Amino acid sequence: MILYVISVGLSVTMGLMGFINLAHGVFAMAGGFILATAMARFGVPFPLALVAAFVLVAVGSIFLERLLYSRLYAAGELAQVLFTIGLIFMSVAVARLIYGTLAAPVFLPDYLRGQVHVLGRDFPTYRVFLIVFSGVIIASLWLGVERTRWGAMLRAAVDNRGMAQSVGINTRRLFTSTFALGSGLAGLGGALGADILPVHWGYPLEHLVYFLIVVAVGGLGSLRGPFVAALLIGIADTACKYWIPEFGAFLVYAATIGVLLWRPAGLFGVRT
Amino acid sequence: MDAVLETQKLCKSFGALTVAQNIDFRLQAGDRHALIGPNGAGKTTFVNMLMGVLRPSSGRIVLGGEDITRAPQAERVKRGLGRTFQINTLFRHLPVLDNVALGIAERRGVAHRMWRPASSYREIIEESRELLSTLGIADVASAPVMDLPYGKQRLVEIAIALGLRPKVLLLDEPAAGVPSEETDKILRNLQKLPSEIAILIIEHDMEVVFRFARRITVLVQGEVLVEGPPEEIARDRRVHEVYLGEPHHG
Amino acid sequence: MTHAGGYSADPRLRWPEFLPWIAALAAFFLLPEYLSLGARILIYMLFALSLDLILGYAGIITLGHSAFFGLGAYVAGILSAKAGITDPFLQMAGAAAAAGLLGVVTGAVILRTRALALLLLTLAITSIVLEIANKASWLTGGADGLSGVTVAPILGQFRFDLFGRTAFLYCLAFLFIGWFLVRRLIYSPFGAMLTGMRENTARMHAVGAPVYRRLVGVYAISAVMAGVAGALLCQTNQFVGLNVLGFEPSGELLVMLILGGVGRIYGAFVGPLVYLIAQDLLAKQFPEYWYFGIGLLLVVVVMFAPGGILGLIDKWMPSSKPRSSAKASAH
Repeated sequence: MILYVISVGLSVTMGLMGFINLAHGVFAMAGGFILATAMARFGVPFPLALVAAFVLVAVGSIFLERLLYSRLYAAGELAQVLFTIGLIFMSVAVARLIYGTLAAPVFLPDYLRGQVHVLGRDFPTYRVFLIVFSGVIIASLWLGVERTRWGAMLRAAVDNRGMAQSVGINTRRLFTSTFALGSGLAGLGGALGADILPVHWGYPLEHLVYFLIVVAVGGLGSLRGPFVAALLIGIADTACKYWIPEFGAFLVYAATIGVLLWRPAGLFGVRT
Repeated sequence: MDAVLETQKLCKSFGALTVAQNIDFRLQAGDRHALIGPNGAGKTTFVNMLMGVLRPSSGRIVLGGEDITRAPQAERVKRGLGRTFQINTLFRHLPVLDNVALGIAERRGVAHRMWRPASSYREIIEESRELLSTLGIADVASAPVMDLPYGKQRLVEIAIALGLRPKVLLLDEPAAGVPSEETDKILRNLQKLPSEIAILIIEHDMEVVFRFARRITVLVQGEVLVEGPPEEIARDRRVHEVYLGEPHHG
Repeated sequence: MTHAGGYSADPRLRWPEFLPWIAALAAFFLLPEYLSLGARILIYMLFALSLDLILGYAGIITLGHSAFFGLGAYVAGILSAKAGITDPFLQMAGAAAAAGLLGVVTGAVILRTRALALLLLTLAITSIVLEIANKASWLTGGADGLSGVTVAPILGQFRFDLFGRTAFLYCLAFLFIGWFLVRRLIYSPFGAMLTGMRENTARMHAVGAPVYRRLVGVYAISAVMAGVAGALLCQTNQFVGLNVLGFEPSGELLVMLILGGVGRIYGAFVGPLVYLIAQDLLAKQFPEYWYFGIGLLLVVVVMFAPGGILGLIDKWMPSSKPRSSAKASAH
């Protein structure tokens, strides 16, 4: 589920802007570090730190987008791939400089630790919290996209950018705001998931394949797609590790290849 | 005489949207046939189905007696089907000569050779130059295509198709985007095309259509409305209705 | 553009094309202390050349080229350490065959897709190979790497000495062969066709080119070259670690090639040379800054100098453009 929260932003920005942003993991990592720093260094309570992660990453991404990303919209895939790889390298180096090689320590508040008794079984409280919280995010995203005007403009622009522009939709601002939202969500996801996916300097690279898998398998530009994909990956990964620990991530890769060959645009992708 | 290209009850739908319905079409060797119709009538869709870019929902396409309904594009080209695109689809950064040579090399079956330098294949280069000469653009052979004026680029588009020595040539709006002074040049080149080739031309420019075609098919909303020689079409009231209000070219 | 090749191009060697070989031989005689670094540079030049073939010419963007490199390295190593085959050419042949096979199989499967799906699939494939190498430690040594690689003297005569002399010349020879073959390919009709496929795929379909088949073909050729480069690495280091697989070497190679200039054959020479020398000088002193610097360089190059070093040289010295055998353009 964490994968979903992080990756949904990527799916939308890639679908909307056609921009291959491999550096998306960087925003997640930043969110995780912000959370850890805010709580450890400044004693900020957990909920507030989450908000901080979201907001700061979103704002930061606006700067990046205005200054750098926007120049490369028309530049072609190779340039975008290279540029974002460069960003990854730079941020990974910075993270290592600032935070060293250890993972960011996460101190969950007491009310989220321990177990919770649901339907006759014990579940770790934090996991339940994550599922619920992710559900809330997904629901609000869905509401936002389906019901609000901003959402309508977004859907129009993803479907046909040229038409959207000629109808008077300010695609520039739409791009920026969507990018900020997507990156902010990544930051939030990174922060939320810090307990499960430790945030360390190699984070964006380590999980790059997974983010891309969720987006590519789910389908660019769709909201449901990454959800289903993340769900499937999560299930497959857990099942695989449980039953055939020898093969680890194998099944996920093989399944990815299978799905992409069957549906190159992803399960729910918008086919051009 | 046997048709060199034929479609039987060709249909195409995208979900609930039907863009082609029961199109029966025959082309004989040496024909000069035009396909006209208002915008959105499905003319380019038809060409795309003929070429193999689009799969028809039902119906058959027969080229030279062989069923090619499921054949991939490369195979149709090998069997003698050539096309030009409505919007120039050229190798913009390459010289004009290379644009034509690439197609000729494919036809001659040497395009996959990896040893001898391409420029040593004299026969291909000679043939390319000759082709460019017949179209009157031999002087710009070494210029990158993107440096040429649009009208000349259009001629390169035709040259590439001719280099394939097609038995059937599908011209998708050859005069599209060409300034009216140059339309005449395009037309004259079209009229010079070898008489054995069967040519199907899609056009909006009525001057080109009526000066070039010996038979005309009118397509409206994916269906054939009427087919016949130009004089009949010009008099047909239904055709006038369809085009009423449409700006008249030429 | 400045991609060489095509029907209008003059395939004869121009004098600057002799420079790399003269420089390499000079380095051999004048810089004996740096020969192991030199061999490493030569290996990466060959690796970069293989990438340039599919990236710069065929236009396939891949992050998974390390799969072939790593596979070649491991196969050569395994043949030696586990199967006792010490003849260097047999090891090389095994590596090349394995890499080629992987290239054909994966190419046939993934080259039906484009853009993001293709990119991801290349990454997935190299990740899979990495996983296999990691898990099958009985065969590959797992995370500890594969040691115990021995290479018999070449042709029974030339032993791999401690100073790296044999290694350097051995790698130079393979680089030369690789360069020669790639250059012939670029100027051949096949090379012209690759450029056509990259420039306008729709047009290539419309002139009857079996695009997919050709893409698989060039992908396989590139895989063989990368596999040979990997085997060279194994043979000169007599060790293979997991770091030859996965995203890192692919990403690094991409940086090297972009730095030199894509689609120019010699970009594959310039890039690794500059990168590896800089890395040797700087990375040991300031590892974090090195990574940062590379990232920054990449961003800067992409935004301001997309043609890499050779592209910049082209801008300042127009006389170094390739000769054309056709007459002067008419306008």
